[in-house]
Amino acid sequence: MPPETPPGAIAVETIGMTKRFGAFAALDDVSMKIEAGGFHALLGENGAGKSTLVKCIMGFYAPSSGSVLVAGREVAITNPKGAQGRGLGMVYQHFTLVPSLTGLENLVVARPDVPAVIDWRGERAALAAFMERMPFRLNLDRPVAELAAGEKQKLEIIKQLYLEARFLILDEPTSVLTPDEAGEVLGLLRAMADRGEISVLMISHKFREVEAFARSVSVLRRGRLVGGGRVGELSRDDMAAMMMGARPVRVVADRTGTPDTARDVLRIAGLRASDASGLRRIAVEGLTVHAREIVGVAGVSGNGQKELADVLGGQIRAEGGQVRVGGEAYDGRRAQSRAQRVRFIPEEPLRNACAPRMSVTENLAFRAFDRRGEGASRAGSPAGRPTFWLDGSAMRRRAKDLIARFGVKTASSEAPIATLSGGNVQRAVLARELTDPVDLLIVANPCFGLDFSAVAEIRTRIMAARNAGAAVLLISEDLDEILELSDRIVVMSDGRIVYEVSGAQADAQAIGRHMAGHH
Amino acid sequence: MNEIGLWSVLIAVIGGAIRVSTPFLFVSLGETITERSGRINLGLEGTLVFGAMSAYATAVLTGSAWAGVAVAGCAGGMFGLLHGWICRLPRVNDVALGIALMLFGSGLAFFFGKAFIQPSAPQLPALALGNWSDLPQVRAALQVNVLFLVGAALSLFLWWAFRNTRVGLVVRIVGDSADAARAMGYHVDRVRLLATGAGGVLAGIGGAYLSLYYPGSWNEGISSGQGLMAVALVVFARWNPLACFGAALLFGGAGALGPALQSVGVSSGYYLFYAAPYVLTLGVLVATSSPDRALAGAPGELGQSK
Repeated sequence: MPPETPPGAIAVETIGMTKRFGAFAALDDVSMKIEAGGFHALLGENGAGKSTLVKCIMGFYAPSSGSVLVAGREVAITNPKGAQGRGLGMVYQHFTLVPSLTGLENLVVARPDVPAVIDWRGERAALAAFMERMPFRLNLDRPVAELAAGEKQKLEIIKQLYLEARFLILDEPTSVLTPDEAGEVLGLLRAMADRGEISVLMISHKFREVEAFARSVSVLRRGRLVGGGRVGELSRDDMAAMMMGARPVRVVADRTGTPDTARDVLRIAGLRASDASGLRRIAVEGLTVHAREIVGVAGVSGNGQKELADVLGGQIRAEGGQVRVGGEAYDGRRAQSRAQRVRFIPEEPLRNACAPRMSVTENLAFRAFDRRGEGASRAGSPAGRPTFWLDGSAMRRRAKDLIARFGVKTASSEAPIATLSGGNVQRAVLARELTDPVDLLIVANPCFGLDFSAVAEIRTRIMAARNAGAAVLLISEDLDEILELSDRIVVMSDGRIVYEVSGAQADAQAIGRHMAGHH
Repeated sequence: MNEIGLWSVLIAVIGGAIRVSTPFLFVSLGETITERSGRINLGLEGTLVFGAMSAYATAVLTGSAWAGVAVAGCAGGMFGLLHGWICRLPRVNDVALGIALMLFGSGLAFFFGKAFIQPSAPQLPALALGNWSDLPQVRAALQVNVLFLVGAALSLFLWWAFRNTRVGLVVRIVGDSADAARAMGYHVDRVRLLATGAGGVLAGIGGAYLSLYYPGSWNEGISSGQGLMAVALVVFARWNPLACFGAALLFGGAGALGPALQSVGVSSGYYLFYAAPYVLTLGVLVATSSPDRALAGAPGELGQSK
C-alpha cells in the first residue's frame, strides 16, 4: 500500500526528468513543480515533449533519469496503476473508456478493488450518491459507444474523480468540446482546485483557455523547459515566443477574388445516410458550394460531419437524396472524381488516404498510376489514356518533382509513407490531390495534430486552390481554422445543418451556441 | 408421407437437436470466451478431434468415461494455452496459427488414436426423461446426456458471468479495447492466454461427447467439421452464450433432418438433407450480413492484424 497522505489536493514535482529514445532526447532535464491546489498549464508545440513528460509522471514510460516527488516524497511509479494508487489520475487525449460497456460498468470496473461478483444494485445506488456531488450530469446506463465526444470527455473526468484522483492531468481536454462546454468543464475543475480538493496539470495549445483558467504555466520546446510563470504576468506574445523560439511564421495567403455565385459546383439535396453502427444519422436538406468559395462546416465531433465527409468520399453509401457536382450526379466513384475533377483530403490521411506500407512514390501515384500521359510533362497525370502497364520511371519522376515542390521531408521517395511524420504525410497527400486542376476540393480536419508551421503552410495551399477557382468544402472541428479560411460557414448539430452565416459576419459565440444544439 | 411419419420426423429432429447439439454447444461457448477476449481460435476443430481421441483412449484404459472427459478437457486446455502462448509472440496472426493448430490437433489425434479404433469404451450416462410417454420414439428422443445439461447450465452461467463478475468484465474489456485494458493495468496477453485456454477446455469436452456418447466410437471421421461450424455459430449468436445454446439446438436439429427422413423411408434425395447444417450456416451468415452496417456486438479487438 502507498503511504497515506491527508485528503485533498497533492503537490507533484519533477526533478531533472529526462527521457531518451535512442540518441533522441524527447525530454531533457525538466524540473517543474505543481503546488497542491494549483491549476498549471503545460504549453508547447507538437513533439515538444508534453505528452512524454506526463507519461513519465504516470509511469507509462520509465524516465532515463530524474525523479518524481508526490506530496514532497520521492516515489517510484512504474505503471499507471501505481500512479492511481498514489492519487494521480490522467485524462488522455484518446479515450480510455471501453466502448461496449455502459458508463456505470466503466466506472466500477476502473476501481482497484472490483469485487469478484458485482452487486449492480448496490453500485448503482452508491454511484447515484457520488454523482450528486459531481459538477456534471450524465446518463450512466448507455454504452459509451453511443455517447457524444463531449459526454465521453466528461465521463473520463468523472472517472478520475471517482477513483479519488487528487492530482489530475488533462491532455488537451477541450479539443472535442464546444467553447461553452470547455468553459463549463474547466471552470468547475478550477473551482475544485480553488477549494483545495484537487491539483490540475493541463496540456493545452489554446492561449485563451490558459489565460482564463490556469494559475501558472510552463512552456516546453524540443524537450526542454524554456520558461514559465504566473498567468497574468505573461502576455500571449511572450508565451508564443517561448513556444516557437526564433523562427519565421508563414501567414495564410490572401483571399483574392469573390465567390462565383453563378457557378454551383457542389449541390447536396435531401441527403440521408448513417454510419456503420447505424447510430449516427445525417440529414442534409440543402448545401451548395460555389466556385472560388470555401464553405466551412463547423460542429462538435460526432455530430455528423464525419459521415458527410464519408458520403462525399464514397466511404459510406447515401440512403437517399442527391449529390451533384458540376450538374452531374456524384457518388464518389473513381471515374466520376476524375471526370468531375473532385479531390478529397480526408481526416487522418495516413489511414484514410494512404497505403501506409507502400512507398511515397506509389502513394503519390494513386490518382494516376493507371494513366499514361502524352509527352514527358503530362506523364502519369489523371488526364492521360488508360494503361495496363505501369510506367515506373514516370511515377518516380513525378514523385521527385512533387516531393521537391511541396517540401515533403522523407529519407527517400522509396520509403514507406508510414515512416513520415504527420505533417509530411499531409503534405504528400496535398501534393497528390492539388497538382492537377481541381473543381471541387473536400477537406476534413486537414491540420489535426500538426505543428504551427505545417498548419500555416497547409492552410495557404487550401486558400491558393480556392483563389484559383476551386470550390472547397472544409469540414473541421477547429473553429479558428473555419473562421480563418471560410467565405461561408454552416454549423452541423445532431446530423443536420442548423445555422449558416457568411464568413465576414461570423461570430464565434453564436456559432458555438449552435454547435452545442442551443438554437 | 403420412401423419405418423411427419410426427416421427419432428420427434426425431427434436431428439437429434438434443443429441447432436452438445459438441456445437461446448465448442461455441469456448470460442465465445476466446473471441470475447479479442482473439479468434480456429484451431478448435483440431482440439475437438484430439479431445475425442484422448477421451476415448482414457476411457478404454481406465474404464471410466468421466476420467476420459477430464483428460479431454485438460488436453483441450493445453491446445488452447499453446495457441494463446504462440499468439503473444510478435508478428503472429491468430487466424493463420489457428488453421495450423487445427491440422496439428487432428494429425496428432490420428497418430495416437490408431490403436483405439477397435476396442470399445464405456459410454457417458444419459438420463431417461421420456419415461412418461408410451411412444418408443419419444423415449428415444428424450434420452438426455448429462453433458447436454451441463452445457445448458454453462451457457446460462456464462451469460450471467459476462455481466456480473469481475472476470467476465475484464475479458470483455480486453476484447473490446486493449488500450483501455492496459491503461487500467490489466495484462492483455495474459487474459487472452487464459481465455484461449478456457476455450480449449470446453472444446476438448465437446470432443469427449463425440467419442463417448454420440456417435460413441473413435474413428478418424468422427468430426464432420463441427469445430469449424461452431466458430461461425458464435458470429451468428452475436457472442452471446444464451444465443449460442439456441443456435446449437438449431444446428443440431438441422443435422438430424437427413437421418430422420431416411428412417421414415424417404429414399430419394434424403442425402441432400445431410447438407442442411451447412446450407443453414451459409444462409444465416448471408441473411445477417450487411454491406453498410458493422456487426453489432462484435468485440472491438477481433481480427485486428498486427
